[in-house]
Amino acid sequence: MDVRKSWLLVSIMALVLTVACGGGSEAPAESEPEAPAATAVDSATAGNITGTVILEGTPPEAETIRMNADPVCTQEAGDNTSTEYYIVGDDGSLSNVFVYVKEGLGNRSFPTPSEPVMLDQNGCRYTPHVFGIQVGQTLTVSNGDPTLHNIHATPANNAEFNTGQPIEGMTYDTEFESVEVMVPFKCDVHGWMNAYVGVLDHPYFGVSGNGGAFALNTLPPGDYTIEAWHEMLGTQTQNVTVGENETVEVSFTFTVN
Amino acid sequence: MASLHRFTIFVATATLLLITAGALVTSTDSGLAVPDWPNTYGHFMFSFPLSKMVGGILYEHGHRLIASAVGILMIGLAVWFSRVDGRRWVRYLAWVALGAVILQGTVGGVTVLYFLPTPISVAHAGLAQLVFCLTVALALFTSPSWHTGTAAPIADRMLGRLTIGTVAVVYVQVLVGAIMRHTGAGLAIPDFPLAFGHLVPPEWSWPIAIHFGHRVGAVLVTLAVIATAGHVLVHHRHRLELRRLAWLLIGLVTVQFTLGALTVLSERQVGINTAHVATGAALLATVVLLTLLVHRHRFTDVPLSNTSVALPETSAVGGS
Repeated sequence: MDVRKSWLLVSIMALVLTVACGGGSEAPAESEPEAPAATAVDSATAGNITGTVILEGTPPEAETIRMNADPVCTQEAGDNTSTEYYIVGDDGSLSNVFVYVKEGLGNRSFPTPSEPVMLDQNGCRYTPHVFGIQVGQTLTVSNGDPTLHNIHATPANNAEFNTGQPIEGMTYDTEFESVEVMVPFKCDVHGWMNAYVGVLDHPYFGVSGNGGAFALNTLPPGDYTIEAWHEMLGTQTQNVTVGENETVEVSFTFTVN
Repeated sequence: MASLHRFTIFVATATLLLITAGALVTSTDSGLAVPDWPNTYGHFMFSFPLSKMVGGILYEHGHRLIASAVGILMIGLAVWFSRVDGRRWVRYLAWVALGAVILQGTVGGVTVLYFLPTPISVAHAGLAQLVFCLTVALALFTSPSWHTGTAAPIADRMLGRLTIGTVAVVYVQVLVGAIMRHTGAGLAIPDFPLAFGHLVPPEWSWPIAIHFGHRVGAVLVTLAVIATAGHVLVHHRHRLELRRLAWLLIGLVTVQFTLGALTVLSERQVGINTAHVATGAALLATVVLLTLLVHRHRFTDVPLSNTSVALPETSAVGGS
C-alpha cells in the first residue's frame, strides 16, 4: 500500500470516526419549532361548563384502614380511617372525579401558573386525594405528619420519582414535563396512602367535590370533548359545544354493580 | 472442622432467613419504602432508629440489616475456610459465595435506586437462590458424611441425569416465579386449579402468560421430583442419605404446590406468599444436595489440614 493510499484510508477512517463519535453537539442545531405563544382567552365571549357527577348503584362500603403498622398514623388519623375509593353523598353525588377538557382547545397554549399546587400528607393520608396540575407548574409535597413518608410517583409518560420525607414539615418541589391523566402517587411505607394527579397543558380541569359539582370556567367558545375520570370506575367522555357567554350544564353518571 | 460445619449450617440458615425477609418485602410491596441506598432516609444503615422502622420500612430496612449480617457472616466463613480447609476448590467456593453475596447486595441497592426494574429485581431473586445453594453445598462439603466417604459411589447414570435435570427445572421455575412476582402477575389468573374456568386461559396477555407458565412449571417440577425421588426410593432405598432427601423432596414439593395454590386462592396473603418463596428455596437446595451426593464421586477431596474426621486413604472420596 503506497503512502497516498494510506493517507486516503486514514482520512476515511477519521471521517467515519468523526461522524460516529462526534455526537450531535457540533452539528448545526435544527431550529426547534417554537411553542405557540400563550393565547389570552377573551373573557367577554368565554363560556363555562358546569355540572355534577352522579353514581348509580350501591358502591362497596368503605373499609377501615388498619394503620397499626405505624402507631403515629393511628394517633394522627383519629377517626379518619376509611378508604376513599367511593365518596358518595346522600343524593348519589360522587366526589373525587377528575373532569377535564380532553380535546377541543386546538393549538392554543396557556401560561404556566406561578403558584404551586400543594399536596399534603396529613393523618397518613394524601390531601387532596385527586387533583390537577399544569405541565411545568410546581407541585409542593409536604409532610404534615410526625412520621416518615416516602413520595413515590409512578407515571407512565413522566419521570418516576421516589423521595423520602423523614421529618415533619419537610417539603419537596417537583414538576411534570408531559401531559398525563392520571399520575398515581403512593407511599410505600404506608401502603394504604395513594393519590392521583392529572397533568394537563391547559387550566380547564376540576375535581368534583361535595355534591359532585365541578366547573370548567372561562372556556373559549367551541366544541369540546370532556372526560371524567374516577379511580375505580374508569372514564366517561361527552362532546359539548360552548357558545359565546354560554354556561353549559353537563352531568356524568357512573354506574357501580 | 466440626465447628466450621456447624457455622456453615448457621450461615445457610441465615441465608434462608434472608430470602424469607426478601420475600416479605415483595409480598408487602415494601421494596421502595426506603427510597435511598446504601443509607436509610439519610441515616447510616446501622444508626437508623429502631423506633422509625414502621410500615414498609420495617420489612425493607429489616431485610437490609439481615443482609448485612449475612454478609459479615459470609466474610467470616470465607476466612475460616481459607484457614482450615485444605481443599483448594472448597476454599475457592467459599470466596465465590462471599463475592456472590456482595454482588447480591449491590444488585439489591441498584434495583431500589432504579425503582425496581424487573430484570434487576429478578436477577436479585435468582442470585439469592444461588447464594443459598452455595452455602448449603459448603455445609455438605464440611459434613462428616462427605469426608468419610464410606458409602460406595453411585454408579447410576440415569439418577445422575435426573438430579441435574431436576435442579435445572426447579431453578427455571424459581426464575419464572420471580418474573411473575416482580411483574405483578401473581393474580393474573385469579382462579385455581382452572384458569378463567378453563384448562388453558381463553385469552392471553404477558401477565397471564407468565402466570400460566409458572403453573405449567409447577407441574413439571412435581413430575421431575417424583421421577427423581421415585428412582431413589426404588433403586437406592438402601442408601439412607439419599432416601431421606428423596422423602424430603416429596414433602417439600407437596407443601410448595399447596402454598402456590393457596397464594392464588388467598389473593396473595402475605404469610402464604412469603412461605411459598422460602419453600421454593428449600426445595431447590434439597435438590442440589441430592445432586451433589449422587455425583460425589466426581469431587476430589484433599485431606484436610485440621480435622478430627477420619478420612479414607484414597484422596478421591468414593471415587475408587
